[in-house]
Amino acid sequence: MTELTQEQGKVQLISWRNPAVRSVVYQIVSVVLVGFAAYTIFQNTVANLTKRGIASGFSFLNIESGFAISEVMPVPMLEPGFVSFISSIFLGLIAAFVLHKWVTRKGKTVGGDYRLVLLTIFFIFVVPAITYLLTNHIFVTETYSEASSYGLGLVTGVFNTIKMSILGCILATIIGFFVGIARLSSNWLVAKLAETYVEIIRNIPVLLQIFFWYFAVIRTLPMVRESINFFDVFIINNRGIYLPDPTPLPGFHPFLIALFVACVGVYFRLRHVKAVQDLTGRQLPVLFPSIAILIVFPGLVWMGLGAPVELSYPKLTGFNFTGGLNPSPEYAAMLMGLSIYHGSQIAEIVRSGIQAVSTGQKEAARALGLRGGFVMRLVVIPQAMRVIIPPLTSQYLGVTKNSSLGVAIGFPELVSVGGTILNQSGQAIEIIGITMAVYLAASLMISVFMNWYNEKMKLVER
Amino acid sequence: MKIRICIIAAVFALVAVGSGQALAASPTLDSIKSRGALKCGITTALAGFAFADKRGVWRGFDVDFCRALAAALGVKVKFIPTNAKERFPALQSGEVDVLFRNTTWTLSRDTRLGFDFAGVNYYDGQGFMVRKDSGIKSAKDLDGATVCVNAGTTTELNLGDYFRSNGMKYKAVVYETGTEVRQAYEAGRCDVHTTDASGLAAQRSAMKVPGDHIILPEIISKEPLGPAVRHGDNEWGDIVRWVLNAIIIAEEKGLTQGNVSRMAISTKDPEVQRLLGKTGSVGDDLGLDPDWALKAIRKIGNYGEVFERNIGKKTPLALARGLNQLWSKGGILYAPPVR
Repeated sequence: MTELTQEQGKVQLISWRNPAVRSVVYQIVSVVLVGFAAYTIFQNTVANLTKRGIASGFSFLNIESGFAISEVMPVPMLEPGFVSFISSIFLGLIAAFVLHKWVTRKGKTVGGDYRLVLLTIFFIFVVPAITYLLTNHIFVTETYSEASSYGLGLVTGVFNTIKMSILGCILATIIGFFVGIARLSSNWLVAKLAETYVEIIRNIPVLLQIFFWYFAVIRTLPMVRESINFFDVFIINNRGIYLPDPTPLPGFHPFLIALFVACVGVYFRLRHVKAVQDLTGRQLPVLFPSIAILIVFPGLVWMGLGAPVELSYPKLTGFNFTGGLNPSPEYAAMLMGLSIYHGSQIAEIVRSGIQAVSTGQKEAARALGLRGGFVMRLVVIPQAMRVIIPPLTSQYLGVTKNSSLGVAIGFPELVSVGGTILNQSGQAIEIIGITMAVYLAASLMISVFMNWYNEKMKLVER
Repeated sequence: MKIRICIIAAVFALVAVGSGQALAASPTLDSIKSRGALKCGITTALAGFAFADKRGVWRGFDVDFCRALAAALGVKVKFIPTNAKERFPALQSGEVDVLFRNTTWTLSRDTRLGFDFAGVNYYDGQGFMVRKDSGIKSAKDLDGATVCVNAGTTTELNLGDYFRSNGMKYKAVVYETGTEVRQAYEAGRCDVHTTDASGLAAQRSAMKVPGDHIILPEIISKEPLGPAVRHGDNEWGDIVRWVLNAIIIAEEKGLTQGNVSRMAISTKDPEVQRLLGKTGSVGDDLGLDPDWALKAIRKIGNYGEVFERNIGKKTPLALARGLNQLWSKGGILYAPPVR
């Protein structure tokens, strides 16, 4: 029987009746068709652009832009020293990884020996820090102005998008977790309030909500001259919120190092506590000593350095308050709109994740004598995370992509700035291409990170 | 959303539109005739220049020129409202045949964007508007001000140039449409509203209390506003140019909406005879009917009539003719001769 089939197979090796052959042929045909379509589109585009006398290419990115962007920040421009800095980070990570592999092969763990932990910290943090201090030219920052290039304008737009997305994701997550857990609260009022919030907010389009915050809330705040003023420290008007801006003074870096050392200290203290508990069953106090370490040591360094931060307060000069930290109304409206909307979605994800953990788990945890908070923290949430993370990823992607709605209220994110550049330079195809590439890259990066996290959190079957 | 969709559509149109148009006299004219309608790109809403009235009929200075052009061609007109950012992709992709959209004629738009400007129908310049109670009297006092401006305009660029060259600081807040700019300024988001002086007058007329706002005396730029067409179809460009010129010449020659039909028969002026198709072959040369100019003028009247009807002294905008007066009366409107 087998021989017969093989015989047939040989005969029909390149026959149309061989499924393998057919599949290869189909695939080749598809690839050729797709390739041909892409080629035609490309040719057609080039021909149309040439015919209409429209300049194309990316050389326009170096042209001076001439227009202003309302929210700018220093953009790092890489210097040669950056390569050695990045290399040192990679070398440190590789060294730590090799150490980890070597130790694991010997049947131990890195966490089991404090010297190995210190060595790992040295590789991962101290090596790059030393490289940073040795090569003092890693990057220079450049802030966008009218005299800058279109290219820097686009990068500023990307930075505004990132600024929006990161804070939006964090706030949405916080709101989502609180509301999601509140929805399952045994307190009727809390549960109903959370439910109302979720049901109203997630059923209204996010653009409308952004409009609501921008036009109905922030626009109706008082004008500059009638600002709501709390002791010249905290000021609100319809041009935004004004807060004191902390500016680091020279002694700020030693303070950061002290903070880092304190964190390492807390880590070792926690190790010690766990070791004692494993050995004797005695539970040492954790919270207060940790806070003490985190506050007292850096606090002493802070005072020793003479408070190395200067607060600049907003002042009314001429037309506006100047100085201080000033999130614009556009940014504030976007942030509120995005985080409240996506927070309601995340709340549902969290609720479903928690409910996906079978009640048996909770009952078992209680039977072991764990109290309410511990049941949640140690048993339910870790298992719920497995259900929560994949849909959470798409919410983060949603926050990032919805940040492009900033264009509707004049928040200068990538689409808005790109649109202006498109109009001033006329490079429609290039700008749309760059914009799509940036969003694609951002989405893929979020996906990669969340997949890694998911992998880490997933149920390890033993 | 609309903006993004429009731009993307425009890009796809550029990508997908076949390049197989025949080498006829004017491909644009041919497609207008076969379609039976002129697609005229106008602004989304600017009092006096292009706005929909209570019955939803488009009115305004630029709208009138669209109507004149369509009348000269003997076709209907379809108005395509575009915001400042959409307008150029719309023209590039063929979404509109001509832009009558207070668009400033600049070198880069002529070259990089692949357009041709068929003339100037309004000589303008950029100005600043502030609240009366701010006490500001001159643009030189604007150091540190927050300025509301329309995205993707020459105004946005002049603003930067002006403050830079005068060593002043400012903060720009940028919106997609003129209406958004006005509302933001009115709500106090900005100290200053800037656009072309005509646009400022138009926006002020649409405010709740127009008297609360003043336009500063400085004019910081030259803004020759005119119709734009795609580069390469010169015959079409000629038609747009000469319809505009015909409207200006009509004022020079005293032709009005009311008397032009009579004048077409009775006139003894050889140039008017040529223009209105009584003698000569200018209509034919343009690829149009002999009475093309007659139809255009009958539709909207001469330049002065169009000006006074839409933006002149008796309208809420109350603009003076200024530079837009005929060259013979102290302005710079000057149409080449019909010969």
